Amino acid sequence: MIQECAIFLRRWIGIGVFLASAALLLLPTAAISQQSDSNRELLVVPGEIGPTGGRAVVSLRAEPKTLNPLTAMDAPSREVIGAMQADLIHINRATQLTEPAMAKSWKVSPDGLQYTLVLRKGLRFSDGQPLDADDVVFTMRVYLDESVHATQRDLLIVGGKPIAVRKVDAWTLVFQLAKPYGAGERLFDGLAILPRHLLEKPYQEGKLGQAGTLATPTNQWAGAGPYRLKEYTPGQKLVLERNPFYWKADAKGNSLPYLDELIFLIVPSADAQVLRFQSGEMDLISRLGAENFSVLSRQQRGFTMTDAGPGLEYNFLFFNLNDLGEKASPEMTRKSKWFRDVKFRQAVSTAIDREAIVRLIYQGRGAALWGPVTPGNRRWVNSSIPHPARSLDHARALLKEAGFSWKNDANGEPNLVDAEGKAVEFSILTSSSNADRTKMAAIIQDDLKELGMKVQVVPLEFRSLIDRVTQTKEYEACVLGLASFDADPNSDLNVWLSSGGTHLWNPSQAHPATPWEAEIDSLMEQQLDAPSFDQRKKLYDRVQQILADYQPMIFLASPDILTGAKNTIGNFHPAVLEPYVLWNVEQLYLHNEQVNAAR
Amino acid sequence: MPRGRILRWLIVLGGLHLLVACAGFLAPYDPIQQDREHPYLAPTRVHLVDAQGQLHLRPFFYGPRLKDGSFDQFEEDTSKPIPTHFFASGARYKLLGFLPCKVHLFGTAGTRLYLMGSDGLGRDQFSRILYGGQISLLSGLLGAVFTLLMGALIGTLAGFFGGWRDSLLMRLAELFLALPWLYLLFALRAFLPLTVSPLKAFLLVIVGLATVGWARPARLVRGVVLSAKERDFVRAARGFGAGNGYLLRHHIVPETSSVLLTQAAILVPQFVLAEMTLSFLGLGIPEPAPSWGNLLASLQQFSVLVSYWWMYLPAVAIVPFVVGYQGLANALHLDEAAEKIEVQRGGDPS
Repeated sequence: MIQECAIFLRRWIGIGVFLASAALLLLPTAAISQQSDSNRELLVVPGEIGPTGGRAVVSLRAEPKTLNPLTAMDAPSREVIGAMQADLIHINRATQLTEPAMAKSWKVSPDGLQYTLVLRKGLRFSDGQPLDADDVVFTMRVYLDESVHATQRDLLIVGGKPIAVRKVDAWTLVFQLAKPYGAGERLFDGLAILPRHLLEKPYQEGKLGQAGTLATPTNQWAGAGPYRLKEYTPGQKLVLERNPFYWKADAKGNSLPYLDELIFLIVPSADAQVLRFQSGEMDLISRLGAENFSVLSRQQRGFTMTDAGPGLEYNFLFFNLNDLGEKASPEMTRKSKWFRDVKFRQAVSTAIDREAIVRLIYQGRGAALWGPVTPGNRRWVNSSIPHPARSLDHARALLKEAGFSWKNDANGEPNLVDAEGKAVEFSILTSSSNADRTKMAAIIQDDLKELGMKVQVVPLEFRSLIDRVTQTKEYEACVLGLASFDADPNSDLNVWLSSGGTHLWNPSQAHPATPWEAEIDSLMEQQLDAPSFDQRKKLYDRVQQILADYQPMIFLASPDILTGAKNTIGNFHPAVLEPYVLWNVEQLYLHNEQVNAAR
Repeated sequence: MPRGRILRWLIVLGGLHLLVACAGFLAPYDPIQQDREHPYLAPTRVHLVDAQGQLHLRPFFYGPRLKDGSFDQFEEDTSKPIPTHFFASGARYKLLGFLPCKVHLFGTAGTRLYLMGSDGLGRDQFSRILYGGQISLLSGLLGAVFTLLMGALIGTLAGFFGGWRDSLLMRLAELFLALPWLYLLFALRAFLPLTVSPLKAFLLVIVGLATVGWARPARLVRGVVLSAKERDFVRAARGFGAGNGYLLRHHIVPETSSVLLTQAAILVPQFVLAEMTLSFLGLGIPEPAPSWGNLLASLQQFSVLVSYWWMYLPAVAIVPFVVGYQGLANALHLDEAAEKIEVQRGGDPS
């Protein structure tokens, strides 16, 4: 029965091109979902039960570049794709634990190398085509194909070898890893299953890049997520409509999502988003700065502002610890000597007033940090790392031990000088588009002035800043922030491994430059192999401790995730993991009267 | 009549500049000193009558106290009045840029008095506006002097020697006039090294402004020189054997003085505004040194724009200066016109 319908539908799509009528297309598809209901293994999710219908408006900071998960690099694209695609195993953004998604169950072999996943029956893409093991095998092949340059490829290489996938039957798959990988099921989160029926041909022709772009006709693209594209107005908005084939239902058996439409407005500046939200043009808002959050909180205009607590973003100051070799100027060589001195970095860290950063920049809506794991990451944070209070005396003592001393300058102000009598002066780069970090640098500048250091703050355009830090390495110090996409430490492998490209203070090393970096490397490798959470936690705790001891990054603060929603939106439960307010988009609903008004 | 007017405007402007020049004395605090307990504090009210209705001869104020459950809302702590002291000693500064000094017009012990509120890092807005004025006005004045020197030189050369030199210089001037100056300065800034000390950045801004601004005064000066060199007394002097140098010094250049003065009065406020634009966009004087432009930069944030009205005050500070310079320019212009009429009358044989 299902097969027949599918063939029927395929024909319909062919005709649909001529008729160009979405309304006609919907008739048979609706019929299918009704008929096949009995065979479908829907995922029942707990939560408030809401009425079906209505629409919600959210915003994107920039125009998404693509709808194809293979080529999506930018945050706006990923945000839209998140509502259109689905994965096999998903991380619940509220509990931060994995849970079944399109795979209804999974098993890990005792040696941790084999993952056996069983798919739900009756899964369909948003164009009504069935989704089965063949699609998953195809998806893995495409992701792992080097010529495709998929952004997900790196994640799927475990122990130097790509993950192998084997189809057992139409609903069962075996994934084979070369090496154990701690909490390997988390790898499946965000790994969108691609529509083989649409991509096989472009893949063979090497034209995958042209598939699933914003210019692709809406009936030529599909995903298994709660929404599908209805309309795209360049530069203005994307209108998504309900995917009638979605595989989740609420406790009463109503199929999700509740909302008929989800609209992404393209609003380039944070302030413009605030204005739109304030005037009621938007229903949900996230990524708010603390100041805008308090402006909105002070006005009661039918919306509720929610502080979801510290997120995973950690902001830090780091010094250039690269081995600059002989080509470096004598000045830089001298400065490099300071920066590589652990005591110097510890002194800087001790002198920084983190509480002031939280108070002045985040208006108290944030957390001071002494390690990379924020209090928002409840499972992984090493709570035994000490939180020493700011102490200028201690900082001065550390500097004295490291051979620094003070000399009065022409104005009678004490200046810090190194062992050779040269004044300690350096500049801190910040991203000019990030007012928060520029302000952080201004606070650090003032704090270090009290130690007699002369610090300049240089705001730079973000891309040239990254270029300086990772490519030319022409910088002295820099304030940056990183936001892990997952609470699991594996999402930061690239930052902590000395061979990683995001190992910011000294990226992509052939061999670890220092013994403690070597120790971090081995701990990170060990935790990949460790079978239990407790063992992994112990190893990662040690990593956090080493980072706190050697201060390659001087951790500063983490902002809270600040969000808001109109009071008419139900099931609004912002999470500290991305996408902060849309993670349960299929469960968002409009209170009754609102749905009627929209109709 | 116009002379009296010029004098009046000069006195007004002189007074305004003196205020800014004595920023160190008038400002109670160091402009970059942060008070992290009191960000975005509204201007403190200064009282003469306390809560009990008693009159005090010494002005006093109440210290700020956080409102319950708030991070940025303060209220007056009326339990303890804090007196102000005149000619109090405080942060060290250099009066007029060279006299080391530590006496301030007024000061307070302990809790700081924020006459014009504080900014996001708790720095005194009043002190920052005064100090910021030093940088903004100085860059305007120096920029105008550089521009006029360049303009006068190029204009005189072009007008006096004429021929291909004139054509070349004037085409170049037209090119500069047609260039959008803001983008030119962006490009200029992009070429400069990353880490510039505040002083260097300041000088660079001035040089940048002058490089862009010389064309208009040069054209005006050329016009004056062109007509001056054909005047009868110049021809006569040449006839008596005066050389180019003598003619320029004694007859031509003095003729351009009134044009240059009027131009100066027009250019100074323009350059102050240009410096403000650059600093507002983060291309001028770098933080933490204050200038009127970077003081206004925080207004780019919506939350500041709607929440803290005292952050607008640097924009108000520029108004009297612009009005003053415009008044002076008008007066000079009238004077120039009056002179011309006199010259014409004097030259008329009837």
